[in-house]
Amino acid sequence: MSTYLKPVPNTWWLKRKPYILFMIRELTSIFVAGYCIFLLILIFKLGEGSSSYSNFITTLQSPTSITLHIISLIFVLYHTITWFNLTPKILVLYRGEERISQRLVAGVFYFTWTAVSVVVAWLVLGF
Amino acid sequence: MVNRNKKIETGETMQLEILRYNPEVATEPSFQMYKVPFYEDWSILDAVNHIKNEIDGTLSYRWSCQMGVCGSCGIMINNIPKLSCGTFLRDYYPNKISIEPLDGFPVEKDLISDIDDFLTKLTDIKPYIIRNKGEEKSLDEGEYRQSPAELAQFKQYSMCINCMLCYAACPVYALDSTFIGPAAIALGQRYNMDSRDQGREDRQELIASHEGIWECTFVGECSAVCPKDVDPAAAIQRAKVSSTIDWFKDVLIPWRKKK
Amino acid sequence: MDSSFCCCCLASIGVLNMTKSNEPIWWSLFSAGGMIAAMVFPVLIIITGILVPFGLAGDDPLNFEKIHSAASHPFIKLILFVIISLPLFHWAHRFKYTLVDVGMKSASTLISIVCYGGAIAGTIITAIALFKI
Repeated sequence: MSTYLKPVPNTWWLKRKPYILFMIRELTSIFVAGYCIFLLILIFKLGEGSSSYSNFITTLQSPTSITLHIISLIFVLYHTITWFNLTPKILVLYRGEERISQRLVAGVFYFTWTAVSVVVAWLVLGF
Repeated sequence: MVNRNKKIETGETMQLEILRYNPEVATEPSFQMYKVPFYEDWSILDAVNHIKNEIDGTLSYRWSCQMGVCGSCGIMINNIPKLSCGTFLRDYYPNKISIEPLDGFPVEKDLISDIDDFLTKLTDIKPYIIRNKGEEKSLDEGEYRQSPAELAQFKQYSMCINCMLCYAACPVYALDSTFIGPAAIALGQRYNMDSRDQGREDRQELIASHEGIWECTFVGECSAVCPKDVDPAAAIQRAKVSSTIDWFKDVLIPWRKKK
Repeated sequence: MDSSFCCCCLASIGVLNMTKSNEPIWWSLFSAGGMIAAMVFPVLIIITGILVPFGLAGDDPLNFEKIHSAASHPFIKLILFVIISLPLFHWAHRFKYTLVDVGMKSASTLISIVCYGGAIAGTIITAIALFKI
């Protein structure tokens, strides 16, 4: 008896919104890696001395740098939001019979994120 | 609201476009258009039964309970896997509805899929209470007792009706049918997390394999389409966590005795 | 010893078909890197991409003397090492599966080598860069 198996195109993810959002979430990793490379360059410039480093800091004002940063920020924020919304599904905590609310767990992550961001900004910018 | 008992014809109709496949006359499926009367309370299954009874008796499909507990009637409705008995014409009216057999499975005829792979995986996962040698209780020793809190740990995963909507929604399974899949892993977890069970190691061969949890990329659509809120995606990610902890224990404490 | 090390490496990237996968190591790195990226990257990007270029954070807040002396501290170096290398492993694991998900499963061994190899290379380069400060 011959069965028919529908072929799956590599563009399967364009078919429905949830799949498109999934693919966007996966592609955020590229921008994460991109910023890692930026930080790595920053570290190298730091090791090369004052003038090399200061020139690099000046290039942060270029339109290219700002544009790349803003695009990366959008994708990295999407990573953050999807990460914090999915982690409570994995981190299953029970209080007796009742499961601790997923929104509460996500809330803890968002709160921690805010606190960490404030601390990092304060430390880096040295207020 | 139309009163079906009085057979009042509203005169309204809806179009269903159904993917037909007859292996005896064709090598590929093709769509066929049907016009069905529109009743407010009709499910897709009601409409398809109408087609078979009144219009085209050759249409083949699976169904049984008509109430979302048997898991027989899963099909693709406008590209989304759904139970035909739990999906209603009124939610699509007046638009055309496209109906196809479940994604990811070979089609035998019309809306009937070859589900042997799924059934094999369900049995391979060892879906029964496994006790360590010497720790089985004989009947006169009484039941294995379990508190409500212990039941709560796995109850959600026991609600699966084996409807395969999750497999149809899973792009990993569509791309590679060696993937064990959402329902099978959720079923494995149902037993792994049952306090009466001691068979987690036995299931790890399958669950923690390359074809098991590690193929999953947490798309999450399996949980989105599940009609019973089993949340297989979460079951899989939790298995990743416990398998990872196991792996580190095995690497760092290789001499430990396994339960 | 040498051949079992090779076995471990090859098994980790899936060349040897070991029934119980060695995926956990990559998945752990992916998870840790993902958490770090989620927590600290947004604020860092805002700092280097908006606050500093637009002068919203005071006068020369990333000046060489301050940043260099902070980065010379071994504890700070450790933090920098972690926040660069772990997110690289997050990218490696996720990007590998993205390529698999768009149909490149047949090349998955090569993809694994490129992705995880890239992350390992990035980690080593980061260590070298930090050493040079």
